[in-house]
Amino acid sequence: MSIGHTLLGLLESGPRHGYDLKRAFDEKFGHDRPLHYGQVYSTMSRLLKNGLVEVDGIEAGGGPERKRYAITEAGITDVERWLATPEKPEPYLQSTLYTKVVLALLTSRDAADILDTQRSEHLRGMRILTDRKRKGDLADQLICDHALFHLEADLRWLELTAARLDKLRAAVTR
Amino acid sequence: MTAPVPPGSLLTARDLRKVYGPTTALDGAGFSIHPGEVVAVMGPSGSGKSTLLHCLAGIVTPDSGSITYDGREVTAMSDAERSALRRSEFGFVFQFGQLVPELTCVENVALPLRLNGTPRKEAERAASTWMERLEVDDVRKKRPGEVSGGQGQRVAVARALVTNPRVIFADEPTGALDSLNGERVMELLTEAARSANAAVVLVTHEARVAAYSDREIVVRDGRSRDMERVV
Amino acid sequence: MSARQWGRDLGMGMRFAFAGGREGWIRALLTAVGVGLGVALLLLTTALPGALAERHRREEARLDYTFGEPVEHRADNTLVIARTDTGFGDRDVRGRLVEAEGAKAPLPPGLREFPAAGDMVVSPALRELLDSEGGTLLRERLPYDIVGTIGEQGLIGSQELAYYAGGKDLAERVGNAAAERIDSFGNPDPTEEKTDPVLVLLVLVVFVVLLMPVAVFIAAAVRFGGERRDRRLAALRLVGSDGGMTRRIAAGEALGGALLGLVFGTGFFLAGRELAASFEVFDVSVFPSYLNPSPLLALLVAVAVPAAAVLVTLFALRGVVIEPLGVVRTARPARRRLWWRLLLPLAGIVMLAPMLGQGRENGEFNGYLVTGGVICLLVGVTALLPWVVETVVARLGSGSVSWQLAVRRLQLSSGAAARMVNGIAVAVAGAIALQMLFAGVEGDYTTDTGLDVSRAQMQVRVPDGTELAAATAKLEGTKGVRKVRALSEGYLGDRPWRKNPERSAELTIGDCAALREVARFPSCEDGDVFSLRGGEYDTDTPSLSRPGQKLYLEQGTVDGKAEDVVWTLPKTLKEAESVEDPTGTKRGGFLMTPGAVPADVAKSVRGELYLSVDDSVPYAREYVRNAAAAIDPLAAPMTWSATERTDRFDAIRTGLFVGATAVLVLIGASLLVSQLEQLRERRKLLSALVAFGTRRRTLSLSVLWQTAIPIGLGLLLASVVGVSLGAVLLKMTATPVGVDWPSVLRMTGMGAGVVLVVTLLSLPPLVRMMRPDGLRTE
Repeated sequence: MSIGHTLLGLLESGPRHGYDLKRAFDEKFGHDRPLHYGQVYSTMSRLLKNGLVEVDGIEAGGGPERKRYAITEAGITDVERWLATPEKPEPYLQSTLYTKVVLALLTSRDAADILDTQRSEHLRGMRILTDRKRKGDLADQLICDHALFHLEADLRWLELTAARLDKLRAAVTR
Repeated sequence: MTAPVPPGSLLTARDLRKVYGPTTALDGAGFSIHPGEVVAVMGPSGSGKSTLLHCLAGIVTPDSGSITYDGREVTAMSDAERSALRRSEFGFVFQFGQLVPELTCVENVALPLRLNGTPRKEAERAASTWMERLEVDDVRKKRPGEVSGGQGQRVAVARALVTNPRVIFADEPTGALDSLNGERVMELLTEAARSANAAVVLVTHEARVAAYSDREIVVRDGRSRDMERVV
Repeated sequence: MSARQWGRDLGMGMRFAFAGGREGWIRALLTAVGVGLGVALLLLTTALPGALAERHRREEARLDYTFGEPVEHRADNTLVIARTDTGFGDRDVRGRLVEAEGAKAPLPPGLREFPAAGDMVVSPALRELLDSEGGTLLRERLPYDIVGTIGEQGLIGSQELAYYAGGKDLAERVGNAAAERIDSFGNPDPTEEKTDPVLVLLVLVVFVVLLMPVAVFIAAAVRFGGERRDRRLAALRLVGSDGGMTRRIAAGEALGGALLGLVFGTGFFLAGRELAASFEVFDVSVFPSYLNPSPLLALLVAVAVPAAAVLVTLFALRGVVIEPLGVVRTARPARRRLWWRLLLPLAGIVMLAPMLGQGRENGEFNGYLVTGGVICLLVGVTALLPWVVETVVARLGSGSVSWQLAVRRLQLSSGAAARMVNGIAVAVAGAIALQMLFAGVEGDYTTDTGLDVSRAQMQVRVPDGTELAAATAKLEGTKGVRKVRALSEGYLGDRPWRKNPERSAELTIGDCAALREVARFPSCEDGDVFSLRGGEYDTDTPSLSRPGQKLYLEQGTVDGKAEDVVWTLPKTLKEAESVEDPTGTKRGGFLMTPGAVPADVAKSVRGELYLSVDDSVPYAREYVRNAAAAIDPLAAPMTWSATERTDRFDAIRTGLFVGATAVLVLIGASLLVSQLEQLRERRKLLSALVAFGTRRRTLSLSVLWQTAIPIGLGLLLASVVGVSLGAVLLKMTATPVGVDWPSVLRMTGMGAGVVLVVTLLSLPPLVRMMRPDGLRTE
């Protein structure tokens, strides 16, 4: 899960202060793991260094939390690329997928596309596992099955999310 | 998405539209499959994937669009021609309700051959061979009501394969089975199809079933998406 | 088990019968329509005896004969009435001329006042006919102004053609057979229709034969939708109802359908009653008011039908164990055994056996034994048929795919198949037996009229004193008449008639050509008189054949005051040999050519005109009738036929035809309903079969085989049982046994026709169900 891409995505809807970003992130994605301020600052300074964001303005009082950030063209392209790239199918990646879907909705991108792409990627992984299972011995089969079932669970979650996109959109853009 | 017939494609559909009363089942769907290929058709329920299969198999005629099978335009065929096509070139496996309850299993498997005019003895001999390959030759004399779901579905697969079809249409073939039986049916189905160089159109919503395919297309709101070409 | 518990379970079942959404409603409706049709037929049957009695009563009430002593004198309360019956096409028209002789003259039933001379009062059906295009010829014959309608009381059927016209100077014609003076209508001693034992036997058998299939039909109707019901019952078991409760709930469902069926049946009956008025079958029509079921029988129907519905359901469930997780039919039902199924028909024969050879002379047949025996034999068909179907179907090899599909299905559920055709088999078996019985006893009830229809096809009797030459000329000039032979007839005695003559002889007057119709003679010219030899029942002619013998002509009038008409035999009397005349009798007495007839004799003889008619001329007979009416309204034209049956027999036969048709239609409808239900249950399978390329023809054919095989077997069995029953019944009436093959073929053909029609009617829904829509899961 990439905090940098997530923060970049949040900036796409308009310039924000650092503390704004943290609050937005916590509200949408960090229900059980709020970001530390430090995490936000270090990420932002890296993004700044890579030219993906720029400082839009500094409020009087001068602390780092008073900087206002805006996304650059390069930043938008970077988010785009990140969203379009399916995640490597592995267990427990739903938080990343969730983030991607929500960001897509927030930035008016096609979230169904993300799901389709991801499913395709999952299926590719599952095909490989299925193939290995078919050719392997019992131990192989059991191991592959374990992975297959986990991937399937992810996919089912994806399907469910896809079916609930409209509801989700209403919730996150509220 | 109108595209030319891809070279080497056995069955191609373009821009299919089908409306059932107030519901639009297909709204510009496309499809293509090569000989020996297994293509999964995925999508949420109600997305039109079954309708796509019915159109491809010539069971229903789309309101518009074209379907080309082996250089022939399916939508231009008469009902009798399409029936003949289904009898001789296509095979079918459905989720349930497909075996004639009064006929024994071997008679069920032999049925498509008999419909094509093969004498009974010969048809049942061929049927027995296929039932052996699908590991259900022990229930040959039983009626569908007397065999387990997995066995029944394998009988159905044997029936789909008995005419040596070039395309097998499978609509949720494992929908009523547990995972073990479902996988066995899928293994047997895809192996048999690959060795016969038959194409399989596999409608399913289960990823583990779809994993037996070579590639998948996704149907959503009546439109299809070929994932191979997108990725 | 408390009555309250019973009531609660039955009530719950009845609620199920109507709840359960569209499907439930349709099923309840089908059952109700089935039961309703049966109930309507039952009610009709219970109403039929009353209807026949009412017809008879009205017929008696309007009789216009003088019973006993004739009314001789004109009085304040007398009426002169003349019969002017005629025919139109093949329908009879009842006609009367009436002339009241005083203020208290009896009014015919159904009339409010006498029509004035030249006016007439007509039945509604006659009015309609006269107003219609087709009635023009009849209108010419009845040149009276229509001034009113005959009320229902004066008619025996809604479609009867009848009129009363006002006559003039009818009193002069009294004494002619055509006119009478009466002082009241109706038979002073109303008769019970006396029926002979064989006729009663026939009626009894007709009723049983008609009602049996209805019973079988009702039994089938309450089982509509059985499979779905079983599933629902299983669900009830799952939530905790015990076996007994489930059974009672099932019975309650059947009861619900049956009760609704009673309501439907009453409706159908009332509708049918109104409809019945607009029909005329074989000259019999009825008024709705005739068809009043006797209250007791109606009550019996109201109790018996729901009770039967419950019993049938419980009986059908006897081999079924309803488990919480589904319905278990006691394993594979034990192979059907033959022996007890044979007991029923055997019992039937045993019951009928004591009456073999009884005939009509040995009193009434025992009604209970007859009914019981016939019922046992016919129920035997329903008991034997499942066994026959199962046994035969199990041995059928496989042929084409459609044949294989049908045979395999029958092997799996031969009981259901047999149940479907039971009704038709019973109806056909009964009808065959009845046809045989009819054909056998027909000879007894059909009298040879003796008329020689090759010589004349019509006869016109003109009243006394009609100018015969003019009448002949008029008829000869009528369209469609080939030849007219006029013969006047009288009767001669050796003394004046008031002195009671001892010897008598017939007198026939006609020209030489006409006389050749009744006798053979070497030569003839006008003025000749012949004495006949060889006449039947003629003993006096030879002794009277003396020249100079005075003979006295019988007078038509009854008052005996008329002057004697005396004829003296001429000197030359030729002899002639009597031959059969067109009416089939050899007459005796004397023949006169017109030249030899004295004027007073000519006035007192009755004219008979024998007509040879060219039937290729359309309406030839109507022209003749019109011409006859123009000559004299009292002239009586008759169309000849070689035989005539007694009317009573006709009525029964009519009843059978109407009933058998109704029953077959009813059963056809039920066949269609269960056929469609079966198809609907297989909708998914049909769609799947079509998906993998099964020809629609193959599936349609398999549906046909599936019905045709059990029907074929059913008809075969029905023929065997029907012919046996017919033979037994014939033996009972002491009539030689002969199988009436054409009627066997006709009845089985009718049964087969019903199947064909049902299959044809179920094809469109079948084709619709074979559409791929059935594959859609939504």
